[in-house]
Order: sequence, then structure tokens, then C-alpha cells
Amino acid sequence: MKVIFRPRGPTRDHPLLRWSLTGIALGFIGLFLVLPLATVFTEALGEGWRAALDAITDPEAQSAIRLTLLAAAIAVPLNALFGIAASWAVAKFDFWGKGFLVTLIDLPFSISPVVSGLIYVLMFGLQGWFGDTLRDHDIKIIFALPGIVLATIFVTFPFVARELIPLMTDQGRDEEEAAVSLGAGGFSTFRRVTLPNIKWGLLYGVLLCNARAMGEFGAVSVVSGHIRGLTDTMPLHIEALYNDYHYSAAFAVATLLALLALVTLALKSLLEWRYADEISAVHHH
Amino acid sequence: MSLVIEKVQKRFADFEALRGVSLSAPDGAFLALLGPSGSGKTTLLRILGGLEHADLGHVGFAGLDWLTLTARERRAGFVFQQYALFKHMTVAKNIAFGLEVRPARNRPARAEIKRRVEELLSLVQLENLGGRYPSQLSGGQRQRVALARALAIEPRMLLLDEPFGALDAKVRKDLRAWLRALHKQLGLTTVFVTHDQEEALELGDLVAVMNEGRIEQIGTPDALRNRPATPFVAEFLETVAPPPRPYNVVALH
Repeated sequence: MKVIFRPRGPTRDHPLLRWSLTGIALGFIGLFLVLPLATVFTEALGEGWRAALDAITDPEAQSAIRLTLLAAAIAVPLNALFGIAASWAVAKFDFWGKGFLVTLIDLPFSISPVVSGLIYVLMFGLQGWFGDTLRDHDIKIIFALPGIVLATIFVTFPFVARELIPLMTDQGRDEEEAAVSLGAGGFSTFRRVTLPNIKWGLLYGVLLCNARAMGEFGAVSVVSGHIRGLTDTMPLHIEALYNDYHYSAAFAVATLLALLALVTLALKSLLEWRYADEISAVHHH
Repeated sequence: MSLVIEKVQKRFADFEALRGVSLSAPDGAFLALLGPSGSGKTTLLRILGGLEHADLGHVGFAGLDWLTLTARERRAGFVFQQYALFKHMTVAKNIAFGLEVRPARNRPARAEIKRRVEELLSLVQLENLGGRYPSQLSGGQRQRVALARALAIEPRMLLLDEPFGALDAKVRKDLRAWLRALHKQLGLTTVFVTHDQEEALELGDLVAVMNEGRIEQIGTPDALRNRPATPFVAEFLETVAPPPRPYNVVALH
């Protein structure tokens, strides 16, 4: 009998190690990501399709959905613009205090969302710094849409910039300089050279920003005032339903919120699959 | 119509890159800026290209007050050390870029741009590669695309930053001969930066040796070899390998 000894390749790990690592990773993902998500979906249908549908079509729920989408629709483009501007400045120019600016951009990540919300109440609330002025001019910020949008912008401030700064720093200024030497103006250079080079990072940042904007609870909770059917966003509405013991209704709306997040992720995967050639052309240099 | 650089100075924060550089070169010259790293040669090239501002000094070229023009007004074709090709564009799009960003009133028609791109592709001997992306090309091919892209704007002057720096020895030799021939064919005033003495002496018909932000000597390769003006020039050129003698080399091995 001939014993065939098949040596392992030098870069291959022992099968046992490979399988146990894969197992741990899958188990972890299952336990902490898939299982809770599955629970949300099954709980939503705990009282049947009919009840779940009713919970979503309820006028207060509809109002919460509209408000969430509206706040995200305002906050995300603004933060995308800001993120591009900030990372453009940080990556392509040298100026005094650059390090401080980068730290400042990260501030919303390190501050508790509740505190962020309170900042706006302190500034724009009735007893706040600008309270009197705002009341005199009949402008409502706190307990209204502007406050919710402001809080959302603050909390989701860093997502796009965080995604783009390392990317743009890594890419350097060479291509922009080449464009300028070929006669392109500032805006033309940005549109034809910079933007195409960052668009995947930008898309990813915008999707993350969007997911967070729709899901933001803490900061929005402070500034919204919880007026049902008026200033409740989806996360706030879910909490209200849950506190009122409407479990399956709460989970039904939660399902919708989770679905919105899953749709954005699916959209991202779809675009990456569709433009795979282009992405690899840009990233392999 | 010659290139005249007068007392150009440039300072970066705490580093004096150019300490008053003056030189002149006739129209159509192939000028090499030779020097060790930190000697200011790249800074001078970037100032000529409009990518950096001089603190002081004056540059005249083609009857123009060169430094008061913006980069786009100068029409200086710049070839970057790492080529800086637009990664997301095909080779043809890269070459067409300088024509496509022109304001509508003096932008050539689409068919004309296409014709120009074809012409340039054949000039740099990349006829069938217009549809490729830069990542699909070899180093030498990228270099030639960068050159074609710079030539597309019908430059008044060609500026090359370490044109062969990123290439291996064999490709470097071939490209050198090719670039020399191209310069002869186009007759464009060309300035290139290199730290390789052999390259400067072989390629340039005028060589400016730079050190610590100053020009040590400027002259023809022969003049530099035979009559180095300063100890620095003598020492810097001494490290040049003698021209290869094939039989001796074989015998030595």
C-alpha cells in the first residue's frame, strides 16, 4: 500500500484552525445579527399579516414614516455636501489647524446623541440662547421638523467625511494637478477627475449616513417632543408603541425600518456588482 | 522666443527650495535639470508648469510674462513622475481630456478630437490601446500615454518630471532614444528633471546642474564633462559610468 502524503502549502492553515475560525465567525454573525433580525420579522407577524399591515398603515405610523424619510432626505444630501467639502479641504490642501478640524469632524461620534439633542434644546429651546428671538419671529425649531433635521445632521455629520478623507488623502493631488495643467478649471477638475475617483466611497458614506439618519433615536428623541402623528419619527414611534404594549405593531414598524436599511445595503451590492469592472480599474493601480 | 528664468526664489515653510535661480535656453532646447534630491529641480519645473507659485523672480517665454499666466493659459504639457493618468478613463479619454475641457467656443468638434487622439496614439506607438484603462498597461506604455495626453493640448513647452524614474533599465534605454527622436521631430522646448547624470548628459542638449536651490553650472554635456565649474559639478558628474565597451565588459566577466 502506498501512503500518499499531501503536504500543506506554506500559506495554508491547518484545516481544523480554518474550520473553527469560520465556525466562530458564522456563529457570532448568526447569534448577534441574523437571529435578532429574524426575531423582529417573526414578532411582527405574531398577530398575523392583517395586524402588521394595520400597524404600518395607521395614520400615526404613516406620519412617522413620512417624517423619517423627509428628515433623511434633507440631512443626508447636506452631510454629503459637507463631507465632500471637508475631505477635499483636508486631503488636497495644507493649512494651519488641519488636525484640529479632523478631530472636530469626529466629535459627533464621541458625544452621546442625547447630549447632542440637548445642545439644540439649549440653543433653540424656549429657555435657550436664541429662544426669545425665535419666538418673536414665530420660528419653531425645537419640537418641530427643523430641530429633528438639525439633530440628525449633527449625529450623522462624520459618516461621509470619515469615508472620504482617507480615500482622498491616499489618492493624493496628482490627478488634479494633471487636470489643471491640461487646462481644466476648478469645477471641471472636481467633476471630471475628483468625483469619479471617490464616487464609490461617497456612495458608501451616503448609504451609511442614510441608514443612521433614519435610525437615529437619542438626539431626535430629545428635540422632537414626541407629539404623535406630528413629531414622532419611526424609531420614536416604535418606542411609543412598545411602551403601550403594542408589541406586534412595534415590531411591524421596526420591520419596515430594518427593511429600509436592508434595501440600501442591497442597492450598494447591486451597484458594486454592476460596475465591478470600473471599480477594479480605479482601485488597481 | 527663448526661455529666460531670472532670479526665481521659492520657500516652503522652513525650507528654502530655490535661492535665486537664473538660466536661459534657446527656443526648441532640450534642457535637463540635474541634481540630487532636495536641490530644487522639481520645484523649478513645477513653477514653470504653474503648479507652484514662485515667491520672487521672473520667467519669460515665447514673448510672454510666464509667471503671471495661470496654468491653463500657459499650455505647458506636464508629464508627472508617476504619470498621474486618470484611472477611471480609458487611454483615449485620457488623451482627449485637455481638448474636452476647453470652453465650448474653442473646443474642437467630436470628430476632430477623435482624429487628434488617433494621431497621438500612433505618434506614441499605442495605436490599438485607446480602449484600455491605465491599469491594464505596462509602465512604459503609461509613460507614453502621459506624454500623448500632454501633447494633445498643443503645448508651448513640454515639462517632464523624472520621465524614466519609474521604469526598469531596459525600458528606460529604449524610451530615452525614442524621446530624443520625438523631440527632434516636434522641436518643442522641453525641460526635464532627473537625478541620473548619465540620463541628463545623454538626453539633454543643455544641462543645468543644481544644488541646494542654486544652479552650479549650465552648459552643453561636453562643456560640463570637460570643464566643470565647481567641485560639486566635478564630483557629481564623476560618478557617471564610462560609456560601455562591449568587449571589455565581456572580458571582465
